[in-house]
Amino acid sequence: MGWLGGEDPDAQVRCPAVSASLTGGRTSAVESSRTWPLIDRIMLAFCWIAGISACVIAFAIVAFMAYKGLEFLRPNLFVERPNATFDQSKSGGFLDPLIGTILLTTMGTLVAIPVSVAVAIWLTEYGRPFGLARAVESAVEIIAGTPSIVLAIFGLIIFQQEVFGFLSFRAEGGSVFGRSFFTAALMMSLIALPLIVGATREGLQAIPSHVREASYALGKSKWATIQRVLLPSVRPAIGTGTVLGMGRIAGDTAIVVVLLGASLQIQGYGDIPGLDILRGNGGTLTSYTYVNSPAGEGAAPDKAYAAAFVLLMISIGLNLFVSRLARSGKSATAAATR
Amino acid sequence: MSVPGDQTIHSGPPPPVRRIVVSEEPTIVEPPRLDPTAPAAAVTGAPLTRRSDSLPASAIVERMRTENLRLYYGDNEAVKGVSLPVCRGEVLALIGPSGCGKTTLLRSLNRLTELTATARREGQIFLDNEDVDRIEVTQLRRRVSMVFQQPNPFPMSVFDNVAYALREGANRKPRKSALMEPVRQALDRAGLLAEVESNLDHPALRLSGGQQQRLCIARSLAAQPEVLLLDEPCSALDPKSTETIEQLIVKLRSEVAVVIVTHNLQQARRIADKVGFMYLGDLVEFGDGEQLFSNPREARTADYVAGSFG
Repeated sequence: MGWLGGEDPDAQVRCPAVSASLTGGRTSAVESSRTWPLIDRIMLAFCWIAGISACVIAFAIVAFMAYKGLEFLRPNLFVERPNATFDQSKSGGFLDPLIGTILLTTMGTLVAIPVSVAVAIWLTEYGRPFGLARAVESAVEIIAGTPSIVLAIFGLIIFQQEVFGFLSFRAEGGSVFGRSFFTAALMMSLIALPLIVGATREGLQAIPSHVREASYALGKSKWATIQRVLLPSVRPAIGTGTVLGMGRIAGDTAIVVVLLGASLQIQGYGDIPGLDILRGNGGTLTSYTYVNSPAGEGAAPDKAYAAAFVLLMISIGLNLFVSRLARSGKSATAAATR
Repeated sequence: MSVPGDQTIHSGPPPPVRRIVVSEEPTIVEPPRLDPTAPAAAVTGAPLTRRSDSLPASAIVERMRTENLRLYYGDNEAVKGVSLPVCRGEVLALIGPSGCGKTTLLRSLNRLTELTATARREGQIFLDNEDVDRIEVTQLRRRVSMVFQQPNPFPMSVFDNVAYALREGANRKPRKSALMEPVRQALDRAGLLAEVESNLDHPALRLSGGQQQRLCIARSLAAQPEVLLLDEPCSALDPKSTETIEQLIVKLRSEVAVVIVTHNLQQARRIADKVGFMYLGDLVEFGDGEQLFSNPREARTADYVAGSFG
């Protein structure tokens, strides 16, 4: 233990940082890591390796899907409707699933945003009685933790009830079918809900209490304050949560298979234009990929690769959008709390 | 075992002194003792100039009054029976160490303390001889407005920040054209109009800290309040902005009753006509600013303004 004395009897404990700063020198990172215990150095190496492998895996996914997807991706895939046929040259593109993804994501988000923002506002700004607030928090957590296949089965049971007949259509026997864009979108909104609630809550909690009080001090009611001061402040946060939620909806398969029918083409039901599609069945890029993959029945892996690549691009695009939103939100908050 | 790198660290001229030796007794340095007989003014140092003279007695009208006001947070008594007048024509400064109830007292004047779940109030507060508990709370706060320690403009344009105070509730009406005049007036009273005139539509959060705080004052003045409460309005600002705001406060006192909480004794001395010194929830001394600083009646006040504690 050279540190404690040895050739220098006066020095009982010498702090390396102090001696380095006194001589004007500076210990390099490598030098100081040499003094670390072995286990620390192993852990550090593990952290480096873990970080780098995450990059490698992400790059591999994108590179492989780009290689496979671009090989089979043709512009006509985006505009042709899919057909169920053994002749792959006639089986069409994925226009319907693409529309299905966009439609389902939009509908799910439109349902999720108002409900989630309301929940977040109630939790942060009201939150009384305390027990109810805890219950609401737990409820959101449970929804967040429920596997989407469970949500799908649950939705099917609910929406096959007579009262919900208007959301889908009746099968030949007269029983409610329960599978439609409406029912799938309602369940999809539950997937986005916890994400939007979480982001909005964080945004609201980041607003200092004196900002609220400044509004009250002008003679404003709580509700006026929420409308004109708090909601505009958390708009970037709501946006972040929403886009994250859209990514999750676009990427979900279970609800599409169980509640949307996962059909190749969008099949309207009824004679009111527009509404017929929403009450009818369809598929999305996820179900299209699944059906066409070697695991599905279509056995057209090239089209599955192309669709998967498009889906991946949509998700990555949404995620990039989120980080941009979050950055702009951060700068706005920084200005607010300066 | 010798430490790698030790040699390179110690190469060159030998380190000047020191070595931290744990076993040695630390030397205790005696702090300089304040001479208790010395007059307070001598200790506070530089002579202070007031921003302006007091207004004539005829201009001073009592607007608010607290009577035996007590405020509790749970079991903790934060303000212990304070009776104070608040007058138009005078700036009232509340001074005292942190956590002695100044801000709590200030916030109780427009019932902002009611937002704290654990807070409880006893005693009475009057606005023009009317108990504030009988005044509907949003009405009360329009009449008794408040500016906070941190500049906190809302995330909207400069114009809308002021217009928000003028419009009812969350309304977006009356329209901008109808409000242009009162908004400009409020900005002018807060001494900000010249700086923001050309960009009233810019986001308020882009303004500098000092401008933001003056915007907050303009916002508070817009609804023509009768009392303006300021909670350390300059503590986050640079000296230049502080000076502007101090001049503004002195100018405002003839129209609005002003109460300011400050930790800055020099500031209190520069702008206050009346000063209340609070310590541990008690109003220890209340009186004329000059008298309280130069010739305090209470020993605790003398110690505090001399800088012996707090």
